Amino acid sequence: MDFSAFLDGFAVVSQPNNLLYCLIGVVIGMLIGVLPGLGPAATMAILLPIVYNASDPVSAIIMLAGIYYGAQYGGTITSVLLRIPGEASSVVTVFDGFAMAKQGKAGTALGIAAIGSFVGATISIIGLTLLGPLVADFALDFGPPEYAALALLGVLLVATIGNGHTVKALAAAAIGLLLATVGSDTFTSADRYTFGSLNLEDGIDFVVVAMGLFGVGEILYNLEERHGKAHVPAVIANIWPSRKELKQASPAIGRGSLIGFVLGVLPGGGAVMASLAAYAAEKRVAKKPERFGRGAIEGVAGPESANNAAATSSFIPLLTIGIPANASMAMLYAALLVVGVTPGPQLIDERPDLFWGVINSMYIGNLILLLLSIPLVGVFVKILRIRPAILAPITALITILGVYTIRNSVFDIFLMIIFGVIGYIMKKTGFEPGPMVLAFVLGSLIESSFRRSMLIFDGDATGFVTRPISGTILAFVVLVIAMPLIKKAFRRRTPSTDVTSESSTREDSLR
Amino acid sequence: MSETHPQPARDDLKAVEQQPDILAEIQAEVAQDLADERPPAGGPAYQLVSALVVLAFGLGAAVLAWGYGLGSLRRPGPGLWPFVVSVLIIVLAVILLAIGRTLDDTEKFTRASLLVLVGAATFVGLGVLLPLVGFEIPAVLLGIIWLRFLGGESWRSTILVSVLTTAAFYFLFLYALSVPLPHLIAL
Repeated sequence: MDFSAFLDGFAVVSQPNNLLYCLIGVVIGMLIGVLPGLGPAATMAILLPIVYNASDPVSAIIMLAGIYYGAQYGGTITSVLLRIPGEASSVVTVFDGFAMAKQGKAGTALGIAAIGSFVGATISIIGLTLLGPLVADFALDFGPPEYAALALLGVLLVATIGNGHTVKALAAAAIGLLLATVGSDTFTSADRYTFGSLNLEDGIDFVVVAMGLFGVGEILYNLEERHGKAHVPAVIANIWPSRKELKQASPAIGRGSLIGFVLGVLPGGGAVMASLAAYAAEKRVAKKPERFGRGAIEGVAGPESANNAAATSSFIPLLTIGIPANASMAMLYAALLVVGVTPGPQLIDERPDLFWGVINSMYIGNLILLLLSIPLVGVFVKILRIRPAILAPITALITILGVYTIRNSVFDIFLMIIFGVIGYIMKKTGFEPGPMVLAFVLGSLIESSFRRSMLIFDGDATGFVTRPISGTILAFVVLVIAMPLIKKAFRRRTPSTDVTSESSTREDSLR
Repeated sequence: MSETHPQPARDDLKAVEQQPDILAEIQAEVAQDLADERPPAGGPAYQLVSALVVLAFGLGAAVLAWGYGLGSLRRPGPGLWPFVVSVLIIVLAVILLAIGRTLDDTEKFTRASLLVLVGAATFVGLGVLLPLVGFEIPAVLLGIIWLRFLGGESWRSTILVSVLTTAAFYFLFLYALSVPLPHLIAL
């Protein structure tokens, strides 16, 4: 590892401008985490125009990153106080967090969650710092076949692991791949799916698509949901957990951090899966598993450490290989492309200021978040009193004016509205927009890598399998596709036990 | 949050303590809330129509891609990749047609969906008016419609929030970010 570059990264972060953007990012992240409705991916999408307008692109990227990991902290608060997970990754925190709140220990639950989050994230950043350069070094040998296979695996995992039915998610992803081909072909400059429109000649801008599908889609969807009343949460006291509680929770924090780090690196993994896995792990190792769901402190500490560790380690595939592991990372990928940086293994050498600036900003950002979520937690709890109806037009205006500022184009506004309506209809009919946006963002990379590979292989597609790395990745692809089928066949033979089906329906019902 | 009385969710859940079991209590509340909040599922017609839309999309894209020229594997034409993806979409749509009846992941369009229509219309209105009269008046109007008519806020907070938000954006976009947004008021 180039140690001086690492230290230079701190010099980048400590510029007042970047510190300010980091602060703004984590505060926004915390806010949207607390407020149910917009998720981190949607918020990052809505704020993508800032990347065009910011004086220094590095600060804008630092801010967007802050939104993502900040949201993991904020999501806990509503889970514990209101039994409404602010973010999907805090769903399991609801079980024991809300049970603790019912017993008058809301403060302790929030305190241990904040400490666990901080420890999990920090362990993960250290892992990222040490591992990132190694992975980038390894990935330098990747050629077009490896990239095609890897990006395909990423899209596939996001589609199969995410919410919603797998076939629908895959269909959404395939449509995303197709949308990426709109415009003039980079190899032959033939027009595809432009229908004679000059506005479509350069292809559909992924920023506009993401803002529409995620941003406008979610804003419209929330209009319909009935959540008119503001929630009035209970007063919280005793944020600092006692020594006994800390002792009880610390093994869970350690296990959660490790699980989170490992699962976060995998494409499609990310914070949601990590928190579920950590909860399951805690329940399994506990001496009295029946305590879980009834206010076990480990049930809060484990998943909260895990989701923050995973949120942090999911930066690894993006910054070192150039493959976003989830929808939020796809937004960061988009932001990097906007500023003219192609994320990939060369990033660490070509733009060390950006690479280390973003990573090191997370050390600082998490410290800020710890301060925000322990001494200042009361402020964020008060925010829950703001009625959602007041925030809706504000986010709507940010989105429309923001998309206009990208190119001063009214066409972009209408294109975004169209994708917004599509996103809304997709949500109503059970198609997740996430895989579609991810596939769209990665689409041109997959196509160009595929075509370049075919040229390298001279038309012989078996080359994908015989190259060791791309072959291994493709084996994973096959495994991911075959897994649900194998599981299904297995399940048919052995009737599931009552215990597992009970807990899984409970988790489903809260999703 | 309604304080419903604890109903043991399942018979097999044996509360160890004398007091009502907190887990069963929470489960009952969650079930109650979900029943209140979730719009009814859309039913088989929604699944059928959505699968058919996907199918039509795939078929149309495949025909167009064919027209762009597939080339050969050695020299892929501009249409090859879109064609492969279109075929994949068609296959997935056919699977959806077959299994759709068993799914219940759609939501019915209800009267509340009209709110979404109005909301989308205000987006379009802002897009049309922005280049004509600047952003201030349409932004205030959008705020009024969303707060008063879609959100059911009082007139006082409606006016307050709409005007303040527009003013804040005026300074944010024109001064802090110095973006050339079309505007009426010149300061």
